Amino acid sequence: MKTLTEIVVPQLAESLVNATIDKWLKQPGDWVDIYEPICEILTDKVNAELPSTVSGKLVKILVGNGETVPVGTPVCIIETEATGDAAEPAVQPASTEPAATTAGLAAIATDDDAPMRNRFSPAVQQLAAEHGVRLSDVSGTGLGGRITRKDVLAYVASSKHSAGASASPAASISIDPKAQVRSSGMHLSETPRIPKIEIESSTPGRGETFIDVTPMRNAIARNMRQSVSEIPHAWTMIEVDVTNLVVLRNKLKDEFMKREGINLTYLAFLLKAVVNAIKDYPIMNSTWAVDKIIVKRDINISLAVGTEDSVLTPVIKNADHKNVAGLAKEIDELARKTREGKLTLSDMQGGTFTVNNTGSFGSILSYPIINYPQAAILTFESIVKRPVVINDMIAVRSMANLCLSLDHRILDGVICGRFLQRVKDNLESFTLDSKLY
Amino acid sequence: MAVMDYIDAIRLAMKEEMERDEDVFVLGEDVGVKGGVFTTTKGLHEQFGELRAMDTPLAESAIAGVAIGAAMYGMKPIAEMQYSDFMFPATNQIISEAAKIRYRSNNDWTCPIVIRAPIGGGVFGGLYHSQCPESVFFGTPGLKIVAPYRPYDAKGLLKAAVRDEDPVIFFENKKCYKLVNGEVPEEDYIVPIGVANVLREGDDITVIGYSMPLRFVEQAAEELQQEGISAHILDLRTIQPLDKEAILEAVRKTGKVLIVHEDNKTGGVGAEVAAIIAEELLYELDAPIMRLCGPDVPAMPINPPGEKFFLLNKDKVKEAMKHLALY
Repeated sequence: MKTLTEIVVPQLAESLVNATIDKWLKQPGDWVDIYEPICEILTDKVNAELPSTVSGKLVKILVGNGETVPVGTPVCIIETEATGDAAEPAVQPASTEPAATTAGLAAIATDDDAPMRNRFSPAVQQLAAEHGVRLSDVSGTGLGGRITRKDVLAYVASSKHSAGASASPAASISIDPKAQVRSSGMHLSETPRIPKIEIESSTPGRGETFIDVTPMRNAIARNMRQSVSEIPHAWTMIEVDVTNLVVLRNKLKDEFMKREGINLTYLAFLLKAVVNAIKDYPIMNSTWAVDKIIVKRDINISLAVGTEDSVLTPVIKNADHKNVAGLAKEIDELARKTREGKLTLSDMQGGTFTVNNTGSFGSILSYPIINYPQAAILTFESIVKRPVVINDMIAVRSMANLCLSLDHRILDGVICGRFLQRVKDNLESFTLDSKLY
Repeated sequence: MAVMDYIDAIRLAMKEEMERDEDVFVLGEDVGVKGGVFTTTKGLHEQFGELRAMDTPLAESAIAGVAIGAAMYGMKPIAEMQYSDFMFPATNQIISEAAKIRYRSNNDWTCPIVIRAPIGGGVFGGLYHSQCPESVFFGTPGLKIVAPYRPYDAKGLLKAAVRDEDPVIFFENKKCYKLVNGEVPEEDYIVPIGVANVLREGDDITVIGYSMPLRFVEQAAEELQQEGISAHILDLRTIQPLDKEAILEAVRKTGKVLIVHEDNKTGGVGAEVAAIIAEELLYELDAPIMRLCGPDVPAMPINPPGEKFFLLNKDKVKEAMKHLALY
């Protein structure tokens, strides 16, 4: 028994889609051995000889010299003796495959008895509801007798047609595809909404409003309460002549602003004076621990910085290592961070003594609450010009009050008096020759 | 208007962009002197010199990395991955760096690179020359991905990609290079990224796809027309971001949708398209959403029967389209 085998153009290179027959090496009637070249082919990438895939007699050339054909195209037919199994024709599967698939589809299509007759797709139900169609009246042409969307549309169109001009607005079955395209799926990119709770006043007309306590307010309240209830506060005040300091600052502030870009404040000088005094009286830098007093070696000054609705105490660490210019910079930095709400946890930790510049809001006298668990807090009040008696003469001097609240468990009047005296001496000893750096 | 091959349209786009803007340059393996293994960059070396058609070492991570650096410095690199299969050593640069630079720098920096990578099988290429890696990069915010099918779109999208401020992956199908041709204007034009295109109007079924398989879809649609089945074909063109409105509009036309791509089915682009349809258009569906994709096997086989099994062809597509139409 003889069979016919087609030789096809092979995929010689990856991007190759077609090839040109350059020259036939065999002619019809010639005997061809397996792997023997039958023709030469030219491609974009390579020129090659095309070997036969079978042994047999070349019976027909399908593509002539110089013709270009796509990869996979048969170029000749070789007649083989059906002795070996190598002669299995390559064309056969290709031709049977579509037949099998169409047969399969036919089988599906003719699987009658209409098992899908009553399974309605969402589209069908929607259309039926829209047009008031009873689906039992519609014949189904889909798989298993299913009523398709098109069946409903056709039914509507035909009934409209028979009903004549009665239908008007709904007649536009050709839905404008752009009309109702929704694009509203849920997406996590939307931030969840915070529910708003309306607080109804229980006593209308009383003119009261309620302000929710912020976490910040709550923390301030807790700390203040803990401080006043645990620490027995005592209070003392001293008056300082800062005339020289005022002169010094006025002399330096413009130059400093130019050089450093920040304000040279009195507070920086005060901090320097306080820190130096703490160095002489380290007990001021301590904490009550019931059976002992812990004296801290590091002098970390908590600086009370107020905003519209709160007060915070960011910390200048190792304040004794800094000169006046360095302190001025730190003050500026912390005040800015506080206003901008950019303080970090580390900015707030480790304070050992607190200074509050109460003069900045015009106070001349204040009774501060200790920043728990420290031992004392000092306030720097407004600088005011006052007549002062010096050597039995009256002079106009710039005066300021320093107020100190102290933990009376740790500190007593004498030590605090000495401490304040030292601060006073430090402040009054600033002269025009004092250096910032 | 000239009729040209897909590959020629890509080459023309690069040539025009390099002439237009001297910041544009190409880099990759063998893109210079040789002109690319597929001849995609042929002639660029002669015209623009070795600094603008730059041969690189065999290191895709370096190709992407150098391109990213140059882009951040103000250049407009077109980085070629010789085959998309070789792209994986560069995924870290592409996904963790290029895609995130704008976000990470709070809009201070952008990364206007184009990464061209040939995808697709059916070229007797086996494991390492046939992959479709769209799903690896798909769903990475910060990347745009285009995969044109027509030469017209290949040129227009590549030019749009070069001019885009953000990283764009340009997946060109290597089987399309010489096989697909069409009219391409020789003047300057762009095809906007993120806009799909209706290839054929019809009202029985909707077929959504991108790249090479659309050829089979078009052929099958032509044959099905004879049998009285009319197919509506949507070419996504851009797969990230997907043109959601166009997808919904196309599905709404027929209520029956088939999604076709060569990348394997699980986790592919079709899964996302199907999810969008399910989210938005449940009540307009007349049949289950169907997908015809590559099988979930690890790689394209090198043996011809295996390759044939793996790949889509006109008959497979036609059968699926017919099945959906009859549903």
